[in-house]
Amino acid sequence: MSLTLTHARFHLLEAVRIPVALIGSAFFPAASMLFFVVPFTRDDAVGATYATASMLTFTVMTTNLFQYGIGVATDRDQPWSPYLRTLPSGPLPSFAGRIVAGLAMMLLSLIPVLVVAALLTPATVSPGGLVAGLGALVLAAVPFTLMGLAIGYALPAKAAIVAAQVLFLPLAFGGGLFTGGPGNEPGFVATVAPYLPTRGAAELMWAAVTDFPLNGTSMAALIVWTVALLGAAVWAYRRDEGRRFS
Amino acid sequence: MILARAEKVSKRYGDTTAVDGVSLDVAAGELVGLLGPNGAGKSTLVQLFTGQRRPTGGRVELCGGDPRDPAHRRRLGVTPQETGLPQTLRVGEVVDFVARHYADPLGRAELLTRFGLDDLVRRQTGGLSGGQKRRLAVALAFVGRPQIVFLDEPTTGLDVEARRALWDAVRAFHADGGTVVLTSHYLEEIEALATRAVVVGGGRVLADDTVDAVRGSVGRRRVSLTVAGGVPELPGVLAVETEGDRTHLYTADADRTVRDLVAARVPFHDLEVRPTSLEEAFLTLTAV
Repeated sequence: MSLTLTHARFHLLEAVRIPVALIGSAFFPAASMLFFVVPFTRDDAVGATYATASMLTFTVMTTNLFQYGIGVATDRDQPWSPYLRTLPSGPLPSFAGRIVAGLAMMLLSLIPVLVVAALLTPATVSPGGLVAGLGALVLAAVPFTLMGLAIGYALPAKAAIVAAQVLFLPLAFGGGLFTGGPGNEPGFVATVAPYLPTRGAAELMWAAVTDFPLNGTSMAALIVWTVALLGAAVWAYRRDEGRRFS
Repeated sequence: MILARAEKVSKRYGDTTAVDGVSLDVAAGELVGLLGPNGAGKSTLVQLFTGQRRPTGGRVELCGGDPRDPAHRRRLGVTPQETGLPQTLRVGEVVDFVARHYADPLGRAELLTRFGLDDLVRRQTGGLSGGQKRRLAVALAFVGRPQIVFLDEPTTGLDVEARRALWDAVRAFHADGGTVVLTSHYLEEIEALATRAVVVGGGRVLADDTVDAVRGSVGRRRVSLTVAGGVPELPGVLAVETEGDRTHLYTADADRTVRDLVAARVPFHDLEVRPTSLEEAFLTLTAV
């Protein structure tokens, strides 16, 4: 456990030493809040709550997709990672440490969105809803963490950056994350959204903080995505192990 | 006591064989130099001994067991490649990070003093000079109070003074009973430090002997000449190579070879005698 924290600290130190990257991951979601949510939900508490939940889901997706996709791919290129293999610990503390650090980074990038929502929008949430919402965020993080890991372990760094950038926009838009709550999205988005992991994740959030009823199709799709992404991440991890360490 | 053992170990990557049936024992307290040109299989052999790779055939043991099991790496120290040091972390942070993996690590101050890095403890590794990075990388091998260290090209790119300082640190560790396996493609470095030299080429052990004996077998001369009609077979010539109209004779005793050439009335001109580089010495070792 303490080794896991040692590795987590290592990753966090690396992140903190390049503050631009930190600001970058927190800036885009907060800016999106200011431009797309604040001006359109002045008196609409329910709409603002939905939109904030969507934006939090968006933040969860982008931070995980990028931090794991690019972080893992970059580290794999460095001779430091084979060196870690010579230290007297298995690969687990290093992996677990990365996940702990990743969760911390994700929570950090959620703060600006929450602050903007609390101060500048009429979004409301009960204390119970807040706790449920945090739980939903962690659940929602699972498929995108796996997606990031799959990309990071499967692709070289330059390709991983492109893959993450190509994926995040259609996933966000197609899942209806930019159009606030349910029913606001354009027709074709409404058609595809239930089959995208972003929508399932957003619905988990909506259900946690509003009286939104969960939709069976989206939940089934979210589970299928999560299992498929787990398979992809495990496959990519094993393939990488086989190439570099066998 | 044997600390590291390879038994008929092979490592293939697809069609390439990097290590080909190597057997090697390293006993506690030895200071072994692994000598060989680039691509000889030294690095792969070290990766097999340090648990980074799984052998395709044969068996590797470290401290009494499989080096891929972390428990057998508790008394192992390895140098990372200095290009891989985490750039944004400070020297002290990197040392602490590695130290936390060991049960009874050296104190940070003690380690940094030993390797002349005290002043750099707050510096980010990305801002260090090449030589400072190299010293930090070597120092990391000693953090965990190892019984055995594998130092891969420890002084490549260091100036003379830094190289001597590092050699002193390695010698001090060895004098305290530590075991060292050192790779280098500098014969000089192996001569300065090691008592035993293992010459590796083409994935095989070509020679495994005292440093003096190995120096004798790789410390050859090249006698080059231009001659019409070929050179007769001469005693003491280990290998013959032709390159355009030049003929190169590899010999352990250049004086004798030249005398023999004259005595045999070989009509040569443009005679040139020079020490062989290590690379060339390996060619002759593989040829014999």
